[in-house]
Amino acid sequence: MNDFGFGPDEVAAIHLSLKVAIWATLASLPPGIAVALALARGRFWGRDLLNGVVHLPLILPPVVTGYALLLLMGRQGWVGKPLASIGIVFAFNWTGAALAAGVMGFPLMVRAIRLSIEAVDTRLEQAAGTLGAPPLWVFATVTLPLMLPGVLAGAVLAFAKALGEFGATITFVSNIPGRTQTLSGAIYAYTQSPGGDAGALRLVAVSVVLSLMALLLSEALARSVSRRISGVA
Amino acid sequence: MSAPPALDLDVTLRQGAFDLVAQVTAGRGLTVLFGQSGSGKSTLIDLVAGLKRPDRGRIAVDGVPLVHTAAGLWLPPHRRRVGYVFQEARLLPHLTVRQNLLYGRWFARRHVTAEAPTLDSVTDLLGIGPLLGRRPAGLSGGEKARVALGRALLAAPRILLMDEPLAALDEARKAEILPYLERLRDHAGLPILYVTHAVAEVARLATTVVMVDQGRVRAVGAPGTLWSRPDLMDLTGGAEAGSLLDAVVGGRTADGLFHLDTAAGRILVPHLPPHLTSGARTRLRIPARDVLLSDRAPQGLSALNILPGIVADVRDDADGSRVVRLECVGAPVLARVTRTSADALSITPGQPLWAIVKAVALDQGS
Repeated sequence: MNDFGFGPDEVAAIHLSLKVAIWATLASLPPGIAVALALARGRFWGRDLLNGVVHLPLILPPVVTGYALLLLMGRQGWVGKPLASIGIVFAFNWTGAALAAGVMGFPLMVRAIRLSIEAVDTRLEQAAGTLGAPPLWVFATVTLPLMLPGVLAGAVLAFAKALGEFGATITFVSNIPGRTQTLSGAIYAYTQSPGGDAGALRLVAVSVVLSLMALLLSEALARSVSRRISGVA
Repeated sequence: MSAPPALDLDVTLRQGAFDLVAQVTAGRGLTVLFGQSGSGKSTLIDLVAGLKRPDRGRIAVDGVPLVHTAAGLWLPPHRRRVGYVFQEARLLPHLTVRQNLLYGRWFARRHVTAEAPTLDSVTDLLGIGPLLGRRPAGLSGGEKARVALGRALLAAPRILLMDEPLAALDEARKAEILPYLERLRDHAGLPILYVTHAVAEVARLATTVVMVDQGRVRAVGAPGTLWSRPDLMDLTGGAEAGSLLDAVVGGRTADGLFHLDTAAGRILVPHLPPHLTSGARTRLRIPARDVLLSDRAPQGLSALNILPGIVADVRDDADGSRVVRLECVGAPVLARVTRTSADALSITPGQPLWAIVKAVALDQGS
């Protein structure tokens, strides 16, 4: 990478951004699918409340979400303190950046997955049941494959959101080079320091390329998956 | 000890304004649940499959209890071993035909006996060998119906449930499926519960008919008997009204016509499907609109089949015509005539008349 004239902090920021976005996406997938299922299929008290809470990061100012994370998950937070005592620390750590990115992308992911679950024909699940398949097996072999395009779309949205997350991350884990400074944080730091234009431009280019690649990959994946599911091939 | 009935059901279910109270006992062979849409026949089949839950009652298949509300028993669908063939086939779109066929096989593995159908025997029976590598989206309606049937058979069910499996198909596709259903009924020894409102399917397939009307079982019996009962005319009548006659294939006349002996007399037909050889049993359907009536023995007519009988019953039909039931020797024949003609012949019960049969539908093996 140094062939392109990247400084060590810039390389670290690129690495960290990718690591944070990948972990944020992978870790959000299981709860994202579970919450989407509950919202699409569940009939329980408080469903609208859950829906509201999931969508909060989408409508709140990111700084507010970051501050809420600090209160909850910080070293002295209600959840962060007991977690810290068993060695899991989010505050001022790259894991905290991943958490912030995951939380910010969560509503986008849940929305996409929920729509795809609502499009699955429940009569196919019934048919699989009459053939002897227990509910979990039906979910794994019928529901999950049929909602896969939505899961992919949701994962890519969450990944893109995580790559670009700034406000909640900087509020929650600050902008420490080599530790919590992602691409967005590094670009911001460059724009705040005299003579940082060249570095900012280099990272902007990287950011554009990464986002574009993610988008193209997801389009290609979604196309091949939906072709397989609609069964034309 | 006699074998338990294939299906023993006694349930009540209230769904909004609809109220179902039914008791059905079905033996081997193919039992048709016959009734208009909304009569509750599909609900009955869903109760057996476990897709609906009765308020009260019990259901047993082959002596195995599936539901017994008083004892708190309710088996979920995947533990009932029922093969359900849905009207819309419901094949899994992301799997190939082979994967669809074998979907239930794993769960049925403990019940697969030496006589149970195999993938090879089912693909042979249904003629779907060439489709195995394809996906459902590329199949015709008739092919989908056959794959759905094969998939249900391979799950080694105790009973086969079919909800109007032919309703979405055109005549050519129906003719393609019917022989497979007959083979299944006659050779597989698997009890079949079959929902339909098509008289042609009753004539061709039914061993026993259960008449369902407004959430109640109106009558149970052999098709020929039920289709001759005047008190069931509101269900068996309508545009498709007609008589169902069991027949035995006899010899041939010098002119090459075939004899079919029925309780109403001898019927002559110009040709027979090849599998109906002398001595074979089949069922004839004589549509009421294809029967003319005469008050004297007709002379000089081109019609082959003229049956003498006594008027047993005359009733007005909704469309302004009258349906006359003629007792011909030992079986009834229905004729649909206009009110004007009925008045001209002054048709009254007890009067001798001749039925001129214009057309006989020989549904078997057509």
